[in-house]
Amino acid sequence: EDLRVDGRGCEDYRCAEVETDVVSNTSGSARVKLGHTDILVGVKAEMGTPKLEKPDEGYLEFFVDCSANATPEFEGRGGEELGAEIANTLYRVFSSESSVDLKSLCINPREHCWILYVDVLLLECGGNLFDAISIAVKAALFNTRIPKVRVSEDEEGSKEIELSDDPYDCIRLNVDDVPCIVTLSKIGYRHVVDATLQEEACSLASLLISVTSKGTLTSLKKVGKGSLDPESIFEMMETGKRVGKSLHIALQKVLDEEESLGSSRQKVGFLG
Amino acid sequence: ILQVQQKRWKVETNSRLDSVLLLSSMNLPGGELRRRSAEDELAMRDYLQEGDLISAEVQSVFSDGAVSLHTRSLKYGKLGQGVLVQVSPSLVKRQKTHFHDLPCGASVILGNNGFIWIYPTPEQKDEEAGGFTTNSEPVPLSDREVISRLRNCIVALVNQKLMLFDTSILYCYEASLPHQIKDILKPEVMEEIVLETRQRLLNLEG
Repeated sequence: EDLRVDGRGCEDYRCAEVETDVVSNTSGSARVKLGHTDILVGVKAEMGTPKLEKPDEGYLEFFVDCSANATPEFEGRGGEELGAEIANTLYRVFSSESSVDLKSLCINPREHCWILYVDVLLLECGGNLFDAISIAVKAALFNTRIPKVRVSEDEEGSKEIELSDDPYDCIRLNVDDVPCIVTLSKIGYRHVVDATLQEEACSLASLLISVTSKGTLTSLKKVGKGSLDPESIFEMMETGKRVGKSLHIALQKVLDEEESLGSSRQKVGFLG
Repeated sequence: ILQVQQKRWKVETNSRLDSVLLLSSMNLPGGELRRRSAEDELAMRDYLQEGDLISAEVQSVFSDGAVSLHTRSLKYGKLGQGVLVQVSPSLVKRQKTHFHDLPCGASVILGNNGFIWIYPTPEQKDEEAGGFTTNSEPVPLSDREVISRLRNCIVALVNQKLMLFDTSILYCYEASLPHQIKDILKPEVMEEIVLETRQRLLNLEG
């Protein structure tokens, strides 16, 4: 009958707050609050050598830190397993060639390229981590400003790289094809989107789908001890695509609105 | 219920130490009064398992601060279908009765420990079972809507730091009726309905 405990329908998300550019010493950052889930993502662009098998592309490195503030289970090394799982999921989601234009991150083939270190920090766990993290990663990548470089050749042939001094002279990433993760948790005979902690405790199996704004799936992962019927998997995939598309539209609208406010925007940050 | 032990159950009550519910303090099905035998001890798990929710009263407090509970009255016992809301204990008003039947169609138990239980009002008032038979029939949609709305109202009241008692919950419920249930959790709507509730409560006093 499409009524959950807090009155939402099976495909409704909780109230989400997205804010970008909250950490000043990163190339890009974003903070997402989805109900009680609080995620902070920082992107740092550093120069390095491209990987051997892809000499003309840059790449992304993901690192997830589960802060002990999030839940008591993360005390000490408790959060490492979950952090590794989330990082591996993010690698899979972004493994598709079309997600991020990696060729634009290349400066000199085989010699220099931009490596984007994406650091995810879990501040509070309130259910539905993967969705919130993927929204934050997309917002942070949208906010990332990579300084423009000029490559000049010396007389001897050695290349010199000059970074432009102007802080506004930078390249932005195209995040149109960056996928977002939609988690569908199976509870009883129905599946719900954006489960709270209580709903996650009742759900035996979930499906993690990464969807781009055009509705294409880039990865699929099943988590949980329970089993899923193949028919229900198809249904969940359709729901995931639908919900994912509307999520992308809403997110892009918020990001564009924030962008249009420009430098006069009042930042709420962490003390607001 | 956290654990099932030898002659008692360990219960989580949002306190510093786990509370204890002795087998002798539990009312048996049928309401009979007899000495608890070894068979009763072995059948403990049939009555209450880990994860069950109960309503009980504090019988005594041990010297270390642990609380001993009892369910000697027929109104206490295992809870059936409903919604639990956990709030800070300081926001629950201390009153004589904790069980309230709200006119909107649901009943609520306001525990002083901050655990609030919302459930559909049972039709028959005198239940001989004493809380042992749990009704597993699906709750009708109208009742579920009332319960969801009440749950969101309580969350809104807690968010705006208003004391929780039957009147404040009822006024908040009535103030929230023009909004959709899921919209109650939006910050602007929360402020609006709690402000209206506050106004009505002030008018009541003055």
